Amino acid sequence: MSNPTPTIPAAAATAASSSGGAPGRTAGPASRHARRDPWWVRATLITITLLFLGLFLALPLASVMAEALRKGVGAYFASFNDSAALSAIYLTLISAALSVPTNLVFGVAAAWAIAKFEFTGKSLLISLIDLPFAISPVISGLIFVLLFGLQGWMGPWLREHDIKIIFAVPGIVLATVFVTFPFVARELIPLMQEQGTDEEQAALVLGANGWQTFWHVTLPNIRWALLYGVILCNARAMGEFGAVSVVSGHIRGRTNTLPLHVEILYNEYNFVAAFATASLLAGLAILTLVAKSAVEWQVARRRKASAAENAAEH
Amino acid sequence: MAFTFKKRSVLPGFGLTMGYTILYMSLVVMIPLSALVAKTMTVSWSQFWETVTDPRVVASYKITFGASAIAALVNGFFGLIVAWTLVRYSFPGKKIVDAMVDLPFALPTAVSGIALAALYAPSGWLGRWLDPLGIKGAYSPLGVTLALTFIGLPFVVRTLQPALEDLDAEVEDAAASLGATRLQTFWRVILPTVFPALLTGTTLAFARALGEYGSVVFIAGNVQYSTEITSLLIISKLEQYDYTGATSIAVVMLVSSFLLLLLINILQRWSGRRHSGA
Repeated sequence: MSNPTPTIPAAAATAASSSGGAPGRTAGPASRHARRDPWWVRATLITITLLFLGLFLALPLASVMAEALRKGVGAYFASFNDSAALSAIYLTLISAALSVPTNLVFGVAAAWAIAKFEFTGKSLLISLIDLPFAISPVISGLIFVLLFGLQGWMGPWLREHDIKIIFAVPGIVLATVFVTFPFVARELIPLMQEQGTDEEQAALVLGANGWQTFWHVTLPNIRWALLYGVILCNARAMGEFGAVSVVSGHIRGRTNTLPLHVEILYNEYNFVAAFATASLLAGLAILTLVAKSAVEWQVARRRKASAAENAAEH
Repeated sequence: MAFTFKKRSVLPGFGLTMGYTILYMSLVVMIPLSALVAKTMTVSWSQFWETVTDPRVVASYKITFGASAIAALVNGFFGLIVAWTLVRYSFPGKKIVDAMVDLPFALPTAVSGIALAALYAPSGWLGRWLDPLGIKGAYSPLGVTLALTFIGLPFVVRTLQPALEDLDAEVEDAAASLGATRLQTFWRVILPTVFPALLTGTTLAFARALGEYGSVVFIAGNVQYSTEITSLLIISKLEQYDYTGATSIAVVMLVSSFLLLLLINILQRWSGRRHSGA
């Protein structure tokens, strides 16, 4: 989500030089004062922010835990001691384990082609990569039903050969791959475009081959963005509901992922088990946020360090 | 871009990576999507029109678009306050609050759905306060709006934050030194500058809400002609093996979201021009 606009440093530079015209740095505190809101405005806005986020974010999260533990810790853990729950966990892990690496390889390949080379139709290609983000989950599931469903394009052929894709595991994996398709690519493309090709060219001139250049030069430069993309991709892969719901058929113990298992339990009024299963996914979400913040913090630190290095050189 | 580069590059791997990109994208995205296009082609115009103007379907557009619009506006208002607070003020726990804003992105929609339903049900933590007041939180249009507000929340905040951070401090100083009050500075200087970003974020939240399914179905109650959203209708058509009906409604929703995407792109270009012009 970072916007690598080269105009920002330039603007900062002109701002610095123009304020340098003023005697010393007296402009600093005075201007800070002018931009400081009265205390009651600050207090009100901070209160509104905390109330709004508390109401809409913290409370739902807390209610998941409260509902899950309503009948005690024993009932909570008993919810997982169930073959349907275990198979849902297994299927969720399988579909993430298949969709994340395939989209990771695609993301790196697409970013290399788009960021390191000039060709016509590049912006069209970038828009096409983003396409799955613009398509709602239910429609993402629908397209696979139209393709592989009983009355779909390939339906008759698949039935003849006794291959099941819809209402079976392959459909779930395909739908998951589709909805998580852009995550890695869209993190890498802007970063690699910003980094240019200088370092890779230098490596090649020094005698490295293509793979060596990628492994030793490009990969270290993009590893944090790569990790960031993988974290987001994984969260979506494990949590996807709408698209998977359309293609799954909800066969208990066979085609249920964790989110679908939550739905079934909830609709059966088995609330403790539903919320206990949901608490696993909520834990995954919190883990995702922590990992994401850690990566963001790391990137900011490195950016600051390299800026300081540049300043020291000049 | 910082430097121009020739079409002929010394870097290797263009053929391999480009070939793989096109192949994989065709298999995963383009072929499945073309199934939708092909299916649409087989639907006759009268069939299409009959399906998408059916009173029950029209009622679903009303609740979907209406609740999405209200949720986007609520997010536009509170998102501006949240973004402003997170960019301008410091308070204990700010980093955690900032990270929490992404929760609706990270939390699986089914989990948000049942959590909100439990919260606003008549016996829930919030529902028990609303119920005596005669307000139905869950299983009502209000419930749909609440769920859509939840999932749209990060869009406005995350679009506004960089815009607020990039605000030129000197302009505010100039306004203050020319005698403007803080409120005048906000209305006349700050708001016009960040307005494109605010509009982009609100439109993104609206677009996301239109296609939302998981977080809504649990709290909505799914009453025909009242709280049945369009995504749910697509699913119920599919469950009856009415592929034609499902496709027709899907096309209406897809066209709406592509038009919104176009609008967002125009807005972003506009806000980009504002930024570089500042």
